Amino acid sequence: MKLLSAFRSSYLNRRGSTFRSLDPSSFDGGFIPKSSPSSIFWLAIHCLCCLISLILGFRFSHLVLFFLFSTSVTNLYTTTAGVSQLLQLKPLERKTNVTRDRIRPWPHPNPIEVVRAHQLLQRVQKEQKSIYGVRSPRTVVAVTPTYVRTFQALHLTGVMHSLMLVPYDVVWIVVEAGGKTNETASFVGKSGLKTVHVGFDGKMPNTWEDRRRMESEMRIQGLRIVREEKLDGIVVFVDDSNMHSMELFDEIQSVRWFGALSVGILAHSGNADELSSVLKMNQEGKKALSMPIQGPSCDSSGKLVGWHVFDTQPYATKSGVYVDDTAAVMPSKMEWSGFVLNSRLLWKESVDERPTWVKDVNNLLDGNEEIDSPLSLVKDPSMVEPLGSCGRNVLLWWLRVEARADSKFPPGWIIKSPLDITVPSKRTPWPDSSSKLSVVTKEAKSNQAATEKLSGKPRGSKSKSYSKEKQEPKAFNGFKVPATR
Amino acid sequence: MKLTSWVLIFLACNLAFSTISAFRLSRSQPTERISGSAGDVLDDNPVGRLKVFVYELPSKYNKKILQKDPRCLTHMFAAEIYMQRFLLSSPVRTLNPEEADWFYVPVYTTCDLTPNGLPLPFKSPRMMRSAIQLIASNWPYWNRTEGADHFFVVPHDFGACFHYQEEKAIGRGILPLLQRATLVQTFGQRNHVCLKEGSITVPPYAPPQKMQSHLIPGKTPRSIFVYFRGLFYDVGNDPEGGYYARGARAAVWENFKDNPLFDISTEHPTTYYEDMQRAIFCLCPLGWAPWSPRLVEAVIFGCIPVIIADDIVLPFADAIPWEDIGVFVDEKDVPYLDTILTSIPPEVILRKQRLLANPSMKQAMLFPQPAQPGDAFHQVLNGLARKLPHDRSVYLRAGEKLLNWTAGPVADLKPW
Repeated sequence: MKLLSAFRSSYLNRRGSTFRSLDPSSFDGGFIPKSSPSSIFWLAIHCLCCLISLILGFRFSHLVLFFLFSTSVTNLYTTTAGVSQLLQLKPLERKTNVTRDRIRPWPHPNPIEVVRAHQLLQRVQKEQKSIYGVRSPRTVVAVTPTYVRTFQALHLTGVMHSLMLVPYDVVWIVVEAGGKTNETASFVGKSGLKTVHVGFDGKMPNTWEDRRRMESEMRIQGLRIVREEKLDGIVVFVDDSNMHSMELFDEIQSVRWFGALSVGILAHSGNADELSSVLKMNQEGKKALSMPIQGPSCDSSGKLVGWHVFDTQPYATKSGVYVDDTAAVMPSKMEWSGFVLNSRLLWKESVDERPTWVKDVNNLLDGNEEIDSPLSLVKDPSMVEPLGSCGRNVLLWWLRVEARADSKFPPGWIIKSPLDITVPSKRTPWPDSSSKLSVVTKEAKSNQAATEKLSGKPRGSKSKSYSKEKQEPKAFNGFKVPATR
Repeated sequence: MKLTSWVLIFLACNLAFSTISAFRLSRSQPTERISGSAGDVLDDNPVGRLKVFVYELPSKYNKKILQKDPRCLTHMFAAEIYMQRFLLSSPVRTLNPEEADWFYVPVYTTCDLTPNGLPLPFKSPRMMRSAIQLIASNWPYWNRTEGADHFFVVPHDFGACFHYQEEKAIGRGILPLLQRATLVQTFGQRNHVCLKEGSITVPPYAPPQKMQSHLIPGKTPRSIFVYFRGLFYDVGNDPEGGYYARGARAAVWENFKDNPLFDISTEHPTTYYEDMQRAIFCLCPLGWAPWSPRLVEAVIFGCIPVIIADDIVLPFADAIPWEDIGVFVDEKDVPYLDTILTSIPPEVILRKQRLLANPSMKQAMLFPQPAQPGDAFHQVLNGLARKLPHDRSVYLRAGEKLLNWTAGPVADLKPW
């Protein structure tokens, strides 16, 4: 019987389920294991069973052993009686519920309830927004200069999705260099927002310097549109290659006339070699490498005292000149995207409402002089409002990545004709702009396999990983060029 | 002419007042006034409504115990220590026992901690008995009423039954000497031996500064539907499950561990308080005892408490309408918890959140140092004040004895 009781206790401890014969006495201040010969014996049996299970690969039950060792019929009877006694529940004076009874047969979430729960969550969050959010949200007027190029789809998709997610009204003004095209129009149309799509005369130049100048002119054109249409809201300069966080659009709602934000500058965009070389330089100079920020700087009382600017010194010799250079691209001294303004500043009529520290915008907009930064629109830069807890929150990131100027891509990124196998030739027909690029090109060529389209070439180091698995290309003297631009 | 000018002035005043009131609507969550069964009493000031006399017990009953183990100041039973400190410096304290309405006996019965920090109640009955014998022999006020106008703070698991296991506690019952006194305890369960008629239920102690330091901005959206962190099976004391929490916690785990709406686990995250502020519902199931500090935490962080404990009596139940604030789920209904919670209409949820946002509600759950108006100390005093004036039968006639000084287990009668 002692054997049986020991068996029972070990069996119950293992199962931990409906067999709940609980003795109140056994709970006196925790379990004190009784070291009796039977328990030692069962411990040995347990070890033996574990070993057997390991060898066999499935769980070897104690019960089998127990039944094996009880040879005589009477023994078998007593054991079956003992087992049936096991299966009886010993009731307690106080009602304790059995866990197994209270598990639903199929305890998986009910989809209708999940939908209802999400509706409740939405309602609660809507209430939170109405309490803690902006009381009277103003329209966001986004001015985007763009032009058709390989990476335009990459950048514009990001901008389009960001604007679609903004919880306020958005008016998207897209100014396109080289006239309106279907490529850009498709993005503008897909967004479903209120848009103004205009063309701008002149092709986008290939150097960063000129491109910046042209983009400033395009933005001024956008501001002229705001003035003409008398759009009411907050003007944000949403460049198509920037990354914007959603908190940006919440933060700018608090601007009164002219606000400044912190922009994180990612100058090492995708260029691992540049980054490592700068890192090495910094290690020698023992300077902490952190992400540079362009934006307002305040003193301890929260007043605007100055501006953080990007330090171009380390890149003096190595910055990119052409749009498709692999070197790091420098931002301008004060990026347009770091400033927001109240659209009423631009209206013709509201001369009285405008604060005195803003220049006469009408003259600036009508004139042809170059405005390289929005700060030239204000007479007194110290009156600019710093946003994002005085520039401490970085709400958008600046980065310039472009493909080669002459890279081609299928129109609308849709492949119409059936795919031909195109194999690269030993020499690329494109002129090499720098020797470094040619080294990269050669390696890329050898790994490039059945690529269907002559897409904009990504940076050399990245293309290796794509084509390693594909077959070795055969030598070919020319290659088929599908009908693309 | 004069009439029109008066009308204009009247309209102008109206406009001015409406704009003033519009400005007063500050950027905080709109709240609702809380009034329980005793009325709108959360903001009552007890000063002037009662007088409390604090007995001067030798320091072996309070200060020396605390010196031996300063952990007593931060565990969830620390209310007894802070109550004495509050009363010693409160304006309701009187040094003249003749004019006192209530008498307080400062004895720290819950300060005998294991190395893990859990209190052992084995010596508490003897300590309490010895304290009562002391005050009965040195002052005449105990014998005058046999303790009916005295109150004690017994914040341990099952109150004055002085045991952490329910069966043992029921077996012992409330200490016989405390039969007539008012008990201030955290335990509350209807139709239970260890809850005396007329006891005041208080919340367990939760450190106020620690909770304040983990507040996050109110505009962080509440994106978790149900949140819970804690044990589901107490493997040390109840390895089979089904006995701990009467199987309720195990039922929660087994039913909802795969449900994405339920963020439940046994982890101890460092962002526990922050996560509660991002949840709509916080489960407060019973453990070994029906109450838990989760209720306090849920109220402070604005998370609607889902109370899974049959017949529980919540703190200050006459001052706070818990039915309107929390969701009560029977233990047998735990498998249908998701159905119950998702079928609550959104207006009800928003109303509960407004009630929880009421600052007097949050204040009533805390024991801040130093005491602030409307906190748990003041609610205790309010509760005591509501029991005044004492009934005539409280005062015994000469020679009448109602307490049995020799009742209880033999081990309790040993001197401490």
